[in-house]
Amino acid sequence: MTITLEHYILLGSLLFFVGMAGFLIRRNVFLMFMCIELMMNGVNICFVSFSHYYHNLSGQVFVLFVMTVAAAEAAVGLAIILTLYRNRETLNADEFRLMKH
Amino acid sequence: MTLSMPPIPNLHAIAPEIIVLLTSLLVLLIDLIQLRGKKGGLAFLGAAGLALAGIFSYKLLQHPLATDIPGFAVDAYAQFFKIIFCLAGLMVIGISVRYLTLEGFSLGEYYSIILLAILGQMIMASGTHLLVIYVGLELMAISLYILAGFFKHHPKSNEAAVKYFLLGSFSSGIFLYGIMMAYGLTGSLDLSVIAGKVAGAELTGLLLLAVIMMGAGFAFKIAAVPFHFWTPDVYEGSPTSVTAFMSVGPKAAAFAALIRVFSSAFGTLRVEWTTLFICLSIATMVTGNLVALRQTNIKRMLAYSSIAHAGYLMVGFVAGGELGISSMLLYLRIYAFMNIGAFGVVILLNRVGGIGDRIDDFAGLSKVSRASAFVMLVFMLSLAGIPPTAGFAGKFYIFMAAVKNGYVWLAVIGVLNSAVSAYYYLRVIMRMYMVEPGDEPVLNVSTALSAILLIAVVGIIAIGIFPGFCLDLARTSVTSIL
Repeated sequence: MTITLEHYILLGSLLFFVGMAGFLIRRNVFLMFMCIELMMNGVNICFVSFSHYYHNLSGQVFVLFVMTVAAAEAAVGLAIILTLYRNRETLNADEFRLMKH
Repeated sequence: MTLSMPPIPNLHAIAPEIIVLLTSLLVLLIDLIQLRGKKGGLAFLGAAGLALAGIFSYKLLQHPLATDIPGFAVDAYAQFFKIIFCLAGLMVIGISVRYLTLEGFSLGEYYSIILLAILGQMIMASGTHLLVIYVGLELMAISLYILAGFFKHHPKSNEAAVKYFLLGSFSSGIFLYGIMMAYGLTGSLDLSVIAGKVAGAELTGLLLLAVIMMGAGFAFKIAAVPFHFWTPDVYEGSPTSVTAFMSVGPKAAAFAALIRVFSSAFGTLRVEWTTLFICLSIATMVTGNLVALRQTNIKRMLAYSSIAHAGYLMVGFVAGGELGISSMLLYLRIYAFMNIGAFGVVILLNRVGGIGDRIDDFAGLSKVSRASAFVMLVFMLSLAGIPPTAGFAGKFYIFMAAVKNGYVWLAVIGVLNSAVSAYYYLRVIMRMYMVEPGDEPVLNVSTALSAILLIAVVGIIAIGIFPGFCLDLARTSVTSIL
């Protein structure tokens, strides 16, 4: 069996939707964040395979930018989660309802 | 073999971006050597940088320059938005200074991050390449995550930041998937190339999926129903000055990119996405206004009001054409004045520990300070869209555009919603003028805050009585992209 473009796209999309489902199902803030990373990496796989398919480098360049953005996002996100944990000592998203009336 | 430099692009064309970036770095640098606690100078420096960038944008709007920067348009349309961003940023810095000192978070980084968020918004407004738009969007979003959690010892601020961060990155993930689909279907990230490919192709489910995914990403940023769940909590929990910033700049930037992407790249799919945005617009207006009726916290009420305003703006987007888009641009400009002004009055009443956030805290404000009650009156009337304020002129042009382009029933829904909204805005006015004050409100008056409130009131009344100047500016800007 040869591996074609469809297989890569299927894999990438699968990762993306697994991440999406995980984000919606999980209640731990940290795991929700990890699921977002999974979504981004799913998209990255698709970008690289399309880039290879079209013989066009812009897809690969995009992946580099997505990875950079993900790193910046991780730095900020982890800092936010850390300050939250210091004040509340829990990471369960269901308990963050100070503002619900 | 001769070595030659690649041609240097015309840097004059991106002067506003360069100024904002350099000011941001300068603020960060001076913050290191300056004595702690004295941050007024940094705020002034940031405001001066924004004013300079705004002036450059205005000059570029009048005399557009040809540029050879790929993926980055320096057209009048982008400049119009950049003026809005600079103006909003300037007003936010003005209302922040004393508020941050009172809350004990007077840090130089605040101004630097605000400037970076504005840089991201400028890049979004100018981007004609999906990579540029994505990077601008993320620069803006990541800066805002930090700002939302800026009061790091306040549990509410932490909670707002984590909610904004998680849902914001989730929505950029969805947006990214949309970009990837568009790239996969057309083999390009450039909006004009995508437009050419989309025009020649037949409509497939995958293309529709790309459009929907990208639309969902933008809808999250403009806080359209059903992507609005984050808005009330984040607006309530964030520092009030940041809420003021969040409610205007990012919304305008997301609309700027949304209009550019949808009217150029997906211009041939107009019929399909118009249906989508009609649904979003009606849901947004109705939900925003109905839920705002029940709020007791002023920041939460203004959050739902900002959702409703996104709905009105989408009416203009659905109407489309020069009329529809230029009325949106005008409305965004007016919205910057009235919304930041309203949050400015909330800051005026703020006392450490979240007092001053309830609508009841406005009780009897007219007895305590006639001037501050009057400016709040102007902002509330303008948000409700009552003449002679600018809010009326803005809504008038949007609904006119809808009627002229054949969406009479949509305009009727908009006007009905605007009538419902008058109830909760007038409730604030009633508290201020008809109710006796409870415990004596303390006002945090400062020169900067008073100046900003004055600018906002003058702006609202001036545009309300003479909308012609701004409208002409918006029309010339729109012709550059249509």
